[in-house]
Amino acid sequence: MRTLKSSSPRGPAPSRMGYRYQRLMLTPLFRRMIRVGLPIGAVVFAVGFWAIHEDNRAMITNKYDEVVASFQQRPEFMVQMMAVDGADDALSRDIRDVLPVEFPVSSFDMNLEEMRQTVEALNAVGDATLRVRPGGILQVDIVQRVAVAVWRQSDGLRLIDADGHIVALLHYRGDRSDLPLVAGDGARENLAEGLALYRAAGPLAPRMRGVVRMGERRWDIVLDRDQRILLPTDDPVSAFERVVALAQAQDMLERDVVTVDMRNADRPTIRMNEQAVVALRRINGIDEELGQE
Amino acid sequence: MKELYESQRAMRNMRQAAMQRGVIAILDVGTSKIACLVLRFDGPERFRDNDGVGSMAGQSSFRVIGAATTRSRGVRFGEVEAMSEAERAIRTALQAAQKMANVRVDHVIACLSGARPRSYGLDGAIDLQGGLVTEGDIGRVLAACEVPDYGDGRQVLHAQPVNFALDNRTGMSDPRGQIGQRLSTDMHLLTVEASAIQNLLYCINRCDLELAGLASSAYVSGISALVEDEQELGAACIDLGGGSTGISVFIKKHMIYSDSVRMGGDLVTSDISMGLSVPMATAERIKTFYGGVVATGMDDREMIKIGGDTGDWEHDRRTVSRAELIGIIRPRVEEILEEVRTRLDAAGFEHLPSQQIVLTGGASQIPGLDGLASKILGQQVRLGRPLRVHGLPQAATGPAFAGAVGLSLFAANPQDEWWDFEIPAEKYPARSLKRAVKWFKDNW
Repeated sequence: MRTLKSSSPRGPAPSRMGYRYQRLMLTPLFRRMIRVGLPIGAVVFAVGFWAIHEDNRAMITNKYDEVVASFQQRPEFMVQMMAVDGADDALSRDIRDVLPVEFPVSSFDMNLEEMRQTVEALNAVGDATLRVRPGGILQVDIVQRVAVAVWRQSDGLRLIDADGHIVALLHYRGDRSDLPLVAGDGARENLAEGLALYRAAGPLAPRMRGVVRMGERRWDIVLDRDQRILLPTDDPVSAFERVVALAQAQDMLERDVVTVDMRNADRPTIRMNEQAVVALRRINGIDEELGQE
Repeated sequence: MKELYESQRAMRNMRQAAMQRGVIAILDVGTSKIACLVLRFDGPERFRDNDGVGSMAGQSSFRVIGAATTRSRGVRFGEVEAMSEAERAIRTALQAAQKMANVRVDHVIACLSGARPRSYGLDGAIDLQGGLVTEGDIGRVLAACEVPDYGDGRQVLHAQPVNFALDNRTGMSDPRGQIGQRLSTDMHLLTVEASAIQNLLYCINRCDLELAGLASSAYVSGISALVEDEQELGAACIDLGGGSTGISVFIKKHMIYSDSVRMGGDLVTSDISMGLSVPMATAERIKTFYGGVVATGMDDREMIKIGGDTGDWEHDRRTVSRAELIGIIRPRVEEILEEVRTRLDAAGFEHLPSQQIVLTGGASQIPGLDGLASKILGQQVRLGRPLRVHGLPQAATGPAFAGAVGLSLFAANPQDEWWDFEIPAEKYPARSLKRAVKWFKDNW
């Protein structure tokens, strides 16, 4: 027998490791890993190793910012001025105040949606459209709220539009004496009804001082000489029209009446002034006395 | 018998897993060469259109995608003798085949040519209860076969039911569904030395492969070299290998006898080497180029240079006539064939209806062998080549590859073996089940 550790060439046989290596390389998953996974891994490792250093990362971000800025600062994207359409002078001044834009500015730096919300937050603005017009103009199209009534609150007067939105503060009622006055809780929400009452006033219109929402469910009409007309919850306009008709036919409101209570449609009630009551009683008493005599 | 069932079933499951995966290796560990084929199974009849061959033996369900042959080392008489050398040789063949196939193989089916096979004919009979033969009855009749004492250190390689008989009708291949009283079976049991199997298994495991099947080389050569009618009518396949000569006798498409003679082509080579005092490699070369068994007058004049590289002019220019060479080869071949004749006589081959003898294997390529064999073995002798299978390289279609090709066919559609049928239910331990039922009854 030859020595066990044969030093002779072992012929064509592959070594055990070589054989295993070949089998490993024939494994489909392993082969795919070598062909795809390894290059990807190497690239990821190299990039990761390079990006470990703060300077390298900063360099990348700086370069990126620079490129972005140089693109955004091109004259095609610069906004030079603002044009406000559809607003009166006071409102457009307000708009210019609330939009803190320092022209010229790149259109990339402007958040139009945020600016639109800022503009719409103004009371007098109903609807706003912002866009950058060709030529570097920031176009602000405004639909302004139109005041239709004056709303009195405990702390002051406000102008409101048809939807009940507050348009502006009002210092003196006399400044907008052309607009009807509404008051009371819930008056803003039911403004259309209140205005309908105003329209129904007819000959009483000069005497109207305002309409008051009572208990958030019905209206009172306040006339001058502290006269009040109490209207029902349902269909107040026709009740008011009845009062107007009465007033026209019989001059009811010219008399010394404090309150006309129309809340119960079957039984309209009138409250008179104290002196009037006394006078009435006296007249009636005289009548009684006359009757007794 | 139980562990045999288990190990063989484990092997069968592994083979099925490999077939599922679609790639399996065939390893023919011979004495002179180790052949490895890599098969790909793509489902049946895939290659029918472009191949003129139909499915005769299921060979159209697979295709050979890798084939490699290497000179065998460390194998004698078809048995692994030097483990590490044999392992290296197996590794060489496997690596080359895998490289050609470009696919990794994990399961291998191997065959053994040596290991002193011994055949036993078993029979068993049972009385049928229902009258109708069921699958379970077949399992029972197989289990009823009396297993001979084949000795320690031997293992069952094949146990194939060869014949079924129902009452007085015999010669049935599949009695299932038939009606009768008494079912009997004949079974062919082939045992080999366990150590040879273990050595081969060790070598294969050292190559990181799993053994998915094991077959006798003589049997698989018979599958590939015998044509269908020969298998049906009765024939013997003589696989003249390098270190051993396998004999398998077939009838009714079943192997009924197998044996091996521990002599083969390598013995002829060593005779030449001794007779002409040349190295084995030169002797092998002279044998393959100039060998023959029938000398003619022409052969006296044909001088063969036998050479040498001693540097001695006279010695290195020796010549020998071909007649002398034939004179060395012929007695040895005759001896091998005589031995085969003895084995066949012992097996009672002359009682078969047809006594076709098919010579295959590497050593059957000696010119004039069929003439010599017909003198010794009988008149009906032919040289057999393995069946054509798809994708097999031209170099691997010779008779030397009958074993490898046969093993491929065996892998594609194996014959039913004993362990392919269910173990009869009464063989299961019934006591434990009864105890479990009793425990349930007591506690609920």
